[in-house]
Amino acid sequence: MEKTLYTLIVYSENIAGLLNQVTAVFTRRQINIESLNVSASSIQGIHKYTITAWTDEETIVKVVKQIEKKIEVIQAHYFTDNEIFYHEIALYKLSTPKLECDTYISKVIRRYGASIVEVNPVYSIVKKTGMSDEITALNSELQSLGCVLQFVRSGRVAITKSCVERVNEYLAERAEKYRHTK
Amino acid sequence: MTKERITGAEALMRSLEHHGVTTLFGYPGGSIMPVFDALYDHTKQLNHILVRHEQAATHAAEGYARVSGKVGVCLVTSGPGATNTVTGIADAMIDSTPIIVIAGQVGTSLLGSDAFQEVDLVGVTQPISKWSYQIRRAEDVPMAVAKAFYIARSGRPGPVVLDFAKNAQVETFDYEPVDIDYIRSYVPVPDTDETALDEAARLINAAQRPFALIGQGVELGNAREELLAFLEKADIPCGATLMGLSDIPSDHCLNKGMLGMHGNLAPNVKTNECDVLIAIGMRFDDRVTGNLKTYARQAKIIHLDIDPAEINKNVQVDVPVLGDCKWTLRELTARIQPAQHTGWIDSFKPYEEQEYTYVIEPEVFPTEGPIKMGEVARAVSEATNHQAILVTDVGQNQMLSARYFKYQQKRSIVTSGGLGTMGFGLPAAVGATFGAPERQVCAIMGDGGLQMSIQELGTIMEQHAPVKIILLNNNYLGNVRQWQAMFFNRRYSFTPMLNPDYMKIAEAYGIPSQVVERREELAGAIENMLSTDGPFLLEVAVIEEGNVLPMTPPGGTVNEMLLEC
Repeated sequence: MEKTLYTLIVYSENIAGLLNQVTAVFTRRQINIESLNVSASSIQGIHKYTITAWTDEETIVKVVKQIEKKIEVIQAHYFTDNEIFYHEIALYKLSTPKLECDTYISKVIRRYGASIVEVNPVYSIVKKTGMSDEITALNSELQSLGCVLQFVRSGRVAITKSCVERVNEYLAERAEKYRHTK
Repeated sequence: MTKERITGAEALMRSLEHHGVTTLFGYPGGSIMPVFDALYDHTKQLNHILVRHEQAATHAAEGYARVSGKVGVCLVTSGPGATNTVTGIADAMIDSTPIIVIAGQVGTSLLGSDAFQEVDLVGVTQPISKWSYQIRRAEDVPMAVAKAFYIARSGRPGPVVLDFAKNAQVETFDYEPVDIDYIRSYVPVPDTDETALDEAARLINAAQRPFALIGQGVELGNAREELLAFLEKADIPCGATLMGLSDIPSDHCLNKGMLGMHGNLAPNVKTNECDVLIAIGMRFDDRVTGNLKTYARQAKIIHLDIDPAEINKNVQVDVPVLGDCKWTLRELTARIQPAQHTGWIDSFKPYEEQEYTYVIEPEVFPTEGPIKMGEVARAVSEATNHQAILVTDVGQNQMLSARYFKYQQKRSIVTSGGLGTMGFGLPAAVGATFGAPERQVCAIMGDGGLQMSIQELGTIMEQHAPVKIILLNNNYLGNVRQWQAMFFNRRYSFTPMLNPDYMKIAEAYGIPSQVVERREELAGAIENMLSTDGPFLLEVAVIEEGNVLPMTPPGGTVNEMLLEC
């Protein structure tokens, strides 16, 4: 079956051990997690997980339902790349002597819209935010110029194209419905 | 409500009482001693059954929950006590059984230090429980217990684990009882889509050959009356899963028998002939469906379930109807037209007759040769006027007693369906006697399964628990032996088993017993067993190489059942 890179956005209560429960759903189905980012969401007390994985739609639907079934998970949704804005960040540690003697390296950095955030006699640090493939491409170019000492990249952060965080509305609806039954 | 300063252990006792607990199954140990000490003053309200192994505590709690509809509660210590409950927790998870396992844990200051009898129980049980929570402070006890009961029993029921740190057991706080009926991140019963109900009704009204699959969800949803009204209004025949066998009386004219690998021929064949398949509270387990690629491909499929994660999990369905089946069945019944499907229902008959001739008659009514397992199960059922609760172990004893027992009342079969846990039967039967003290409990098991939990004869002795144990002894691990015969060229690798003298064992435990080796003795022995007060062990020497038939071989097509092997 055709595999797509899906981005899952999961909202949960902020409880120790929940990450385990979320990733276990992937493990059981032998799906590799490409990237994972966990942080506080814009709503107090609620955590947001952004997870990417290559799989097919039938599987991702089941994964989402099984994650949503966890008691402390509030909502889980999956998206394809055209349904979200997303970014990654990467840091490249370059050899300062090489950077100084080969001006082409600086041109490459500028061409990719990356910025130099630290310079000392031994190394310089370049920061790049953007899409995965740009980050990879910059890395390969710099690697081919032989100046990279270290390279690190983050997982994906993603935001949906709808104008409000759906989870807010959802929680309000839930609370309203509960009051209604009382 | 006035507050009172008490320990976490005492708060646990009061919280259990507050949530209506009357029976506990447990085993003490170091890290749970403060709780057992508190229990010492609560034995009037809380009847604690001392089992002989913690796994048995979980199965007993399951048996209790299955027959009563209440939450079964276990109390065990940390470390090995806790890990011994893992099989029971997994069993309760896959069979949607509401139990709460309360385990001791080392004090919070020792957590993570590999302290004596420390195990990461929450980490171990998260993937196999509905909810797993560590109580680290005494003041969390009322809330944790309230949540545990709410989660275990609401929606699709399941097991909950409370890992109770020792410091929280002894610290004091101001106790106030807590009730919970809302957790913002948890939706026990999903909203029903009205258009789905309309669409389902439209399909059913247009159906020429409708067929319903009924599962344990009907029992869990207490929806027998709604189910019967639904089936009877549109004259829809049904088949039941192993877990759903007592959803509907065995002799109901629309009940066409058991589904699945060792189910009845007609309902399996008709699954692949119906035009509309209505699955109610069942999960399309592979033991029911066989090969999914050939399963009910001709039919429009409607799936009623309370768990959204079950929809399209194994079988792609046309109309999912989410919700509590007690409500969705009522709504669906209101939307469908009365109908008669006489011709369709009559078409089941040739298969029923074929199965009767080739399988049922030789299994249940043999006139010569060794005693058959199905024969014993039916005789026990008859002798109880089909009113007893059947508890099974796992294997041939399970399939044959499930097939040949008859069910009249609700909640009449207790069996390990999803996990297939050998050793389940005896402790589950103990639990069933406490969950339904007014009913007869007949536990049919094999020589393998009895020995996996044989220590529970001690519990039965001590409690004088009226478990009628029917031991089908064939000196083999029969189900595996059957598969070895069918699929492994009769290479009986470690399935023959040397058995002890069960009469001597029963005698040692003071349990009345009898052994039957000849057919003529069977009926009298069953009468003797049922008329004896309290527990009884009836050992029946059955055919050594008996087979369970019919059979859809694993991965086979549902309508291609073997009638002989």
